[in-house]
Amino acid sequence: MDFNDTPEEAAFRQRAQAFLAAHVQPRAGQTESLQKRLSDKEYMLAAKAYQKAKAENGFAGITWPKEQGGQGLAPIFSVIFGQEEGKFDAPAGPFTIGLGMCVPTVIAFATDAQKERHVGPALRGEEIWCQLFSEPSAGSDVAGLKTKAVRDGDDWVINGQKVWTSGAHYSDWGIVLVRTNADKAKHKGLSMFFIDMKSPGIEVRPIHQMSGGSNFNEVYFTDVRVPNSQMLGGEGNGWSVALVTLMNERLAVGGSPGPDYKEIFEWAKTMPGQDGGTLAEDQSFRQKVADWFVRAEGYKLAKFRTMTALSKGQTPGPESSIGKIITANQLQDITHNAMEAMDHFGIITDAAHAPSEGVFQQSHMWAAGLRIAGGTDEILKNIIAERILGLPGDVRVDKDVAFKDLPSGR
Amino acid sequence: MNFDFSDDQKYLKEQARKFLSEQSSMTVVRAVLNDEQKSHDAGLWKAIAEMGWLGAAIPEEFGGLGLGELELCVLAEEMGRSLAPVPWASTVYFFAEAIKIAGTEAQKAAILPKLAEGGVIGCIAASEGPGEPRAANLKTVFDGTSVTGMKVPVTDGDCATHALVLAKHQDGASLVIVDLSGAGVEAKAIKTFDPTRSHATLTFTKAPAQLLGEAGDGEALLQRIYDRAAVLLAFEQIGGSQACLDMATDYAKGRYAFSRQIGSFQAIKHKLADMYVALEIARSNAFYGAWALSSDAPELPLAAAAARIAACDAYYLASKENIQTHGGMGFTWEVDCHLYYRRAKLLAVQAGAPSLWKEKLVRRLEMRNAA
Repeated sequence: MDFNDTPEEAAFRQRAQAFLAAHVQPRAGQTESLQKRLSDKEYMLAAKAYQKAKAENGFAGITWPKEQGGQGLAPIFSVIFGQEEGKFDAPAGPFTIGLGMCVPTVIAFATDAQKERHVGPALRGEEIWCQLFSEPSAGSDVAGLKTKAVRDGDDWVINGQKVWTSGAHYSDWGIVLVRTNADKAKHKGLSMFFIDMKSPGIEVRPIHQMSGGSNFNEVYFTDVRVPNSQMLGGEGNGWSVALVTLMNERLAVGGSPGPDYKEIFEWAKTMPGQDGGTLAEDQSFRQKVADWFVRAEGYKLAKFRTMTALSKGQTPGPESSIGKIITANQLQDITHNAMEAMDHFGIITDAAHAPSEGVFQQSHMWAAGLRIAGGTDEILKNIIAERILGLPGDVRVDKDVAFKDLPSGR
Repeated sequence: MNFDFSDDQKYLKEQARKFLSEQSSMTVVRAVLNDEQKSHDAGLWKAIAEMGWLGAAIPEEFGGLGLGELELCVLAEEMGRSLAPVPWASTVYFFAEAIKIAGTEAQKAAILPKLAEGGVIGCIAASEGPGEPRAANLKTVFDGTSVTGMKVPVTDGDCATHALVLAKHQDGASLVIVDLSGAGVEAKAIKTFDPTRSHATLTFTKAPAQLLGEAGDGEALLQRIYDRAAVLLAFEQIGGSQACLDMATDYAKGRYAFSRQIGSFQAIKHKLADMYVALEIARSNAFYGAWALSSDAPELPLAAAAARIAACDAYYLASKENIQTHGGMGFTWEVDCHLYYRRAKLLAVQAGAPSLWKEKLVRRLEMRNAA
């Protein structure tokens, strides 16, 4: 047992560190972050320039085949780059979904000419992609989507609504999952297209989140025309194509999505406790710190085990599903405890008054969404139960029924 | 990154599982459970000695196999899975490891070779009443040559040949070795929550004893022993937790209610997924403890505390929810669920309960941050 890189991995890591040091700044406090300091437009320019630099220096498409402009490296190198990049305030966010999920789907199903046209610009940060799957009535059960495409000559005409689309407002292209046949059973009547996000009839509206911010969009399709040639994987095969997209979900390599045991424990040394000392001296609080430590370290170490498997050339399975269950719930629990520990003062979100610039309050809001985004706690637990433990799937009432005949409720 | 056991260690684990599934079947475990006179399974103990496991981590010069602590970890996991009714943990994790880290050359030569052969059964006698045994509260006294007092409960105290006793000595406490076949020793079996492992009260009346380690250093030495044992116990707990999860999963696939497999209900799926997550957290922390233990890393105290807390949590959850998944059958004597529920509790309270370890963890975290 050791925690060392192989010589090849160490050389790559060193190269990554040198690249990052030359192009981005180390992480700083909340308010100093690039995204907070820059306007949306400036941030996007910085992000595109950063992605271009990654492509020029061999850090874009690390695991993609060389003939697609990738580096043809094993997944472990992608994880290593992610670990190093995570130490910096790198503007990589706008490309996460496109390069992580959408373009790999294009690579898997598009024609050579289409790949020639699209993969390079995406890798170099010239074009951004978004993923249009979820709908108001199709979240966890995404195959229940209703947005439909109807054939008209060489085109298909799309009508419907997508929701929770990250980056739709700044994306150039998107992959969209639609229903092309409502007479077939739910999973069998779907098809996937890639689509120009500037097409007439596409309207993007920001979602006003409970946190007050707007990080996601609703996307409305009204008589949007898309050429048949932009269908990926063939008519009626949309669900299998979507599974390929979802399998490409990036291996979680980042740390905690917000304040963790370290931050709350440091902060607690400055907070009053119940017995005249500091909060960090309170017995009940210390017991919780131990629990948080064990979970945070446990998850970090579980990722080391995944890296070990990757390093040996094995493909990690659904085990990584535990990650978000642990981190999202831990974030909610830690921020809840921090706010309650402040008593009445804990309600203040005003950065001028709230301790730590209100990071606990902000993260407490965000945590509620994190438990839902990208697979709810419940769906992830179903995945663990069915795909790891091998428990039977739920009873399906929709399997052999035409989609148009299914009850849909709200 | 190579944060995993080696192929050889995995092979040893596989062999151990095969061996224990035959030699430590539930019939063997239940024979000890059902017979109050039976402290352990002597045949299994002999077989384990013959496999060389008792001396797995004992250097060859003292009659062991000279393997390392990582090999002990994989064996521990399988011992935990099989609920082996033998004084393995007391002898190997506590007694042998204590002699290894603190014994004189003479003590090592006198004890370790015999222990590796199965001729020495060790136990650790620290507790005298509820709460953590501390020097200030001890009633048992060591006078330099003999020990007097009563220890309760002592896991495997009624079958052990030797005990490591924490006793008041000079200004603090010392750990002393007592040969239980000598004069002034009375062992009396007592009933506990986990009858598959025997427990006793040990009463010492001027029983001859020899010092282990430095005089007055008993509390610190005991903590060092506990830190090492905590990692090995964590692997036993993981083995037990995995057995519970396997059992519950298997039952959920075979049991029908409302004309469906109960494992198709999300209430059951999510319960089992929670067990899986807790187990993964425990396993990962235990791996780190194993690394720290085997490499004598300064991280051991913190890693051991984390491994122990996570393993106690995982085993408690897995053992109670295994019963719950089995429904009424889970509450019967005949179904094995209760054996794990019992063992989970024993392993959680011996060597210090989780709440004590949580405070230790935070103190160690503070020390690390200060360093």
